[in-house]
Amino acid sequence: MGVLGDLAKGMAVTFRQMVATVSGRGLVTTQYPKEMRQKPERFHGRHVLNRYPDGMEKCIGCELCAGACPARCIYVRGADNPIDEPVSPGERFGFVYEINMLRCIFCALCVEACPTEAITMTHLFEMSTGSRDDAIYTKTELLVQPDGTPNHMFPDDPLADLSELSDGDGWMRATAPQGRVAYEGIPGWTPSAGVGLRPPEIGQLRPAADEEE
Amino acid sequence: METFDWVLAVVKVVAAFGLLMTVTILLVWGERKVVADMQNRLGPMRAGPFGVLQTVADGLKLFFKEQITPNRSEVVVYLLAPFLAVIPAFLMFLVVPIGKPFTMTIGGQVREISLQAMDLNVGLLYILAISSVAVYAVVLAGWSSGSKYPLLGGVRATAQAISYEAAMGLALVALVVYASISDPSADTMSVAKIVELQRGSYATPGGSGLLNTLAGFVPRWNVIPQFIAFAVFGIAAIAETNRAPFDLVEAEQEIVGGFHTEYSGMRFAMFFLAEYINMFTMSAIAVSLFLGGWDGPFLDSLGGLAATGLSIVYFFAKVLAILFFFVWIRASLPRFRYDQLMQLGWKRLIPTALVWLVASTLVVAWRQFGLPWT
Repeated sequence: MGVLGDLAKGMAVTFRQMVATVSGRGLVTTQYPKEMRQKPERFHGRHVLNRYPDGMEKCIGCELCAGACPARCIYVRGADNPIDEPVSPGERFGFVYEINMLRCIFCALCVEACPTEAITMTHLFEMSTGSRDDAIYTKTELLVQPDGTPNHMFPDDPLADLSELSDGDGWMRATAPQGRVAYEGIPGWTPSAGVGLRPPEIGQLRPAADEEE
Repeated sequence: METFDWVLAVVKVVAAFGLLMTVTILLVWGERKVVADMQNRLGPMRAGPFGVLQTVADGLKLFFKEQITPNRSEVVVYLLAPFLAVIPAFLMFLVVPIGKPFTMTIGGQVREISLQAMDLNVGLLYILAISSVAVYAVVLAGWSSGSKYPLLGGVRATAQAISYEAAMGLALVALVVYASISDPSADTMSVAKIVELQRGSYATPGGSGLLNTLAGFVPRWNVIPQFIAFAVFGIAAIAETNRAPFDLVEAEQEIVGGFHTEYSGMRFAMFFLAEYINMFTMSAIAVSLFLGGWDGPFLDSLGGLAATGLSIVYFFAKVLAILFFFVWIRASLPRFRYDQLMQLGWKRLIPTALVWLVASTLVVAWRQFGLPWT
């Protein structure tokens, strides 16, 4: 039919899609603030700095994340742990930890670089701010609560999806379980941000536990 | 004129104004909804039930926005152009009858009240003239902005208007000539008269037979004998209202926003308003001229105000169908290239309309005077 046939064909496509959408089949969008879409398990959302179950910070201030960052958006300055009240189980801890979220490309290379699982990614993605300064996340925002829950930007918002905080982030260590005796047979997945289920690295929890192993 | 006529005229104009504003609000929302459905989206949902107040919210927002006047603009023309866009859009609607006339007894006098603001005996000429004035708004807005993209939009508008107005006019002439086939003395330039002539069916009065019975179910709408004129008019109407796929004038991807690039706030809103009023008016005109206007079944058996109400429903149902088609086309077809636009206008539509005009004229001449050799 030539032109007219092509015309009819094109018009039929849109009409079919309209019927599909109206009948509820073809719809691909959601009513965003009211209903949240299920995010993929390994969704790269905002970072958090995790803690051990006893409340100790996992970050040891080694700056490997900053070195791995292709966007150069992480700034870390380590400091020696105070002897009487240590912040982290090791010798040093992350004294200053800042991520510029405007530069971050959410590649998670920092997560792969981290030797202690201190930095992981969550499902949190609502990060709009009123000024550029607010887009630089400091330790205050990044560090999880002592009970292991990350800080939510809008915890009081009736539309906020707080299940983001506990949803499994599916984060997997770059240094996979294979080849590491201590993790034989243990899946390399953490169910959530924060404390996680996996035992800490050898030598990180407390010296006595290491001797038992 | 008596006082009554004055009051009636004012009431009609105010009612037409209110109608057009309401229709625009619903039309913008409806278009966004339909396009969203065709793209598997939800569309506006937040303002009011199903987002129906979205247009009101947008209008309010535009109302409070800063209105910028570019340094290099021709200020007077620049400020005048938005009004030049809206006023013809309103004016054009005034000759369209939206329902069956009804009679009322006022002050002891029986008066027939038609549901159109003004029944001009040169209605079609008026429509063509006013729609040409509307193009000036686009051209002048583009030129007076003192900026290159609006100027390009304005130049495109000029070329497009000339090419498609010719086709549209020729299609309408064919219709006007054909409409006089049953009554050579009829005022076939008046929109109300054309609607009146389309009432009834194609059955021959007093005729018999199966074919005649079947023809009794076919409404006497002009679209059936004049389908070519309808097609040409429809295409030209889309081009005249600068709607996709003929929206070269504002082509966002090529020339930013075309003629309204430099307009903001309420001035931009007026162009927006004009576009949607034009869309509605063009649909209303197409319905009146080709689809029987407010005509429909059961009107004569009801009579009185009920018939008028029903006829309004028929009219809006038909207009809605055409408007849906407008939106459907916009959601489906990509924009024409400039040369394709010109080719379609000059090499396809105008010759088609001309040939169709000659054919219609011959048919009418044959029906009135018989064959020349007999």
